[in-house]
Amino acid sequence: MINASLKQLSQALAAKQISSVELTQLFLDRINRLNPLLNAFVTVDAEKSLNSARAADARIAAGTAGPLTGIPIAQKDIFCAEGWRTTCGSKMLANFVSPYDATVIRKMEAEAGLVSLGKTNMDEFAMGSSNETSFFGPVKNPWDQTRVPGGSSGGSAAAVAARLAPAATGTDTGGSIRQPAALCNLTGLKPTYGVVSRYGMIAFASSLDQGGPMAASAEDCALLLNTMAGFDEHDSTSLDRPSEDYARDLEKPLAGLRIGLPKEFFGEGCEAEVMAAVRAAIAEYEKLGATTVEVSLPNSHLSVPAYYVIAPAEASSNLSRFDGVRYGYRAPEYGSLDDMYMKSRAQGFGAEVKRRILIGAYVLSHGYYDAYYLQAQRIRRLIANDFVEAFKNCDVIMGPTSPTTAFKLGEKAADPVQMYLSDIYTIAVNLAGLPGMSVPCGLVGGLPVGLQLIGNYFTEAQLLNVAHRYQQATDWHQRRPAGLE
Amino acid sequence: MSLTLEQVQRIAHLARIEISDTEALSTQGHLNGIFQLIEQMQAVDTRGVEPMAHAQDLSQRLRRDQVTEEDRRTAYQTVAPETEAGLYLVPKVIE
Repeated sequence: MINASLKQLSQALAAKQISSVELTQLFLDRINRLNPLLNAFVTVDAEKSLNSARAADARIAAGTAGPLTGIPIAQKDIFCAEGWRTTCGSKMLANFVSPYDATVIRKMEAEAGLVSLGKTNMDEFAMGSSNETSFFGPVKNPWDQTRVPGGSSGGSAAAVAARLAPAATGTDTGGSIRQPAALCNLTGLKPTYGVVSRYGMIAFASSLDQGGPMAASAEDCALLLNTMAGFDEHDSTSLDRPSEDYARDLEKPLAGLRIGLPKEFFGEGCEAEVMAAVRAAIAEYEKLGATTVEVSLPNSHLSVPAYYVIAPAEASSNLSRFDGVRYGYRAPEYGSLDDMYMKSRAQGFGAEVKRRILIGAYVLSHGYYDAYYLQAQRIRRLIANDFVEAFKNCDVIMGPTSPTTAFKLGEKAADPVQMYLSDIYTIAVNLAGLPGMSVPCGLVGGLPVGLQLIGNYFTEAQLLNVAHRYQQATDWHQRRPAGLE
Repeated sequence: MSLTLEQVQRIAHLARIEISDTEALSTQGHLNGIFQLIEQMQAVDTRGVEPMAHAQDLSQRLRRDQVTEEDRRTAYQTVAPETEAGLYLVPKVIE
């Protein structure tokens, strides 16, 4: 059961081979035993989870269950969940118990009947690529506990990789689903911007943030996305589109698929063995009937610089709400109102969050707005246009997800710029608003490598199909880290 | 471009984040490293390029002008640091 797919769990629950309460307890026991090693969960509430499981069992007994009713799932601690402590990895929210549910939580729990196992660790306010900026301490990579799991959805990635949960939610602003998925051997999907509601998902950079599934396989991700996606009137950027079954095309043959290989993703900057694994995966696709074509994303090298203007600008605005008045941390001692703001924010935010707020405040300030913020937005347009051109000649774009395998804890923590560059292949996708995936495609020195798939707008079903057919032909996604039985 | 210590202190004040002198110094080093990365943008000629603020070129959706929210003041105020009689308490602003 620990390694079962969501479909297998669904069948076992429907056939009454196991109850949701038993299944939930099985994973709670694993969390209890293994989480002290990994620090993947920051909050677990067994009684709450078991109550949801009992409600799911009642639905199964009454014949009103959906396909995923009763299946346990880990929730990234960026999603507000009513009655659950929701910290976003920050001291600022260390004692915040959410009075409401994010739409993703409501859809997954109340509608689909999934059972939340707890809240997973993450980089503070999702700002990081290693999970080391969390107020609750770093997460260890289950494949090598001296290494990072990636970030910001590092707790979700480690939880699923170590099978503390069958699947998890993540969010991706510049690669925060795909990069940890790559570093922990998971399949992760960042949908097209606007497909998954951001309501109740604590905001980092609102024009880039998007929630999505992290799981063992493309099939699991498709089933999860079916529960997460959909129009939401509470999110003003949610897209009002007809609902889709994202699993509908999983089995479609890949004959005739045109894979675009951006020459900028296959040059310098990527570890040779990572690149070799990515090339081997592309060769496997050719065996499956796909053809490759070189494409170009000539402005992709500008994605990191533009992102580190746009994302901090939006963050400095979004995080101005943390003022010690309505919720969150308030400094114990202060004088004036201004002093209360200054001290609460100085004590409540960690170093990386402060850096990004300061960058944002600077690039938005008088005299610098045009040179930085508007210039970054113009470059964002150029980057998005590059993809429009590229997709004239291909159906899907492929390349590495991350230039390296999981790096050592502490290796990049002192140098923000080195850390930022671990997202060189993922950030352009967020700037353009496109869907992207990471799919396990090899092991280098015992550490996982991810293949990145980038699709045109609203082609999630096709991306999942492309990933699924590869996973039927290979078994990289079924490899598990040793020593965590 | 590089930020002076005074600029770091000024933007910290704009962002309402108290910063000590030693903290300002290490922050200055980090921010200047980051701005070195950002400066790559300045070499690009973007004349005539429409700034892209958002991933989807859609206009803001409007909703009907009607009350849809229920009153949950008590629930929302239980997470506040300090309240009294339904009000948020802060230091005195006007004497």
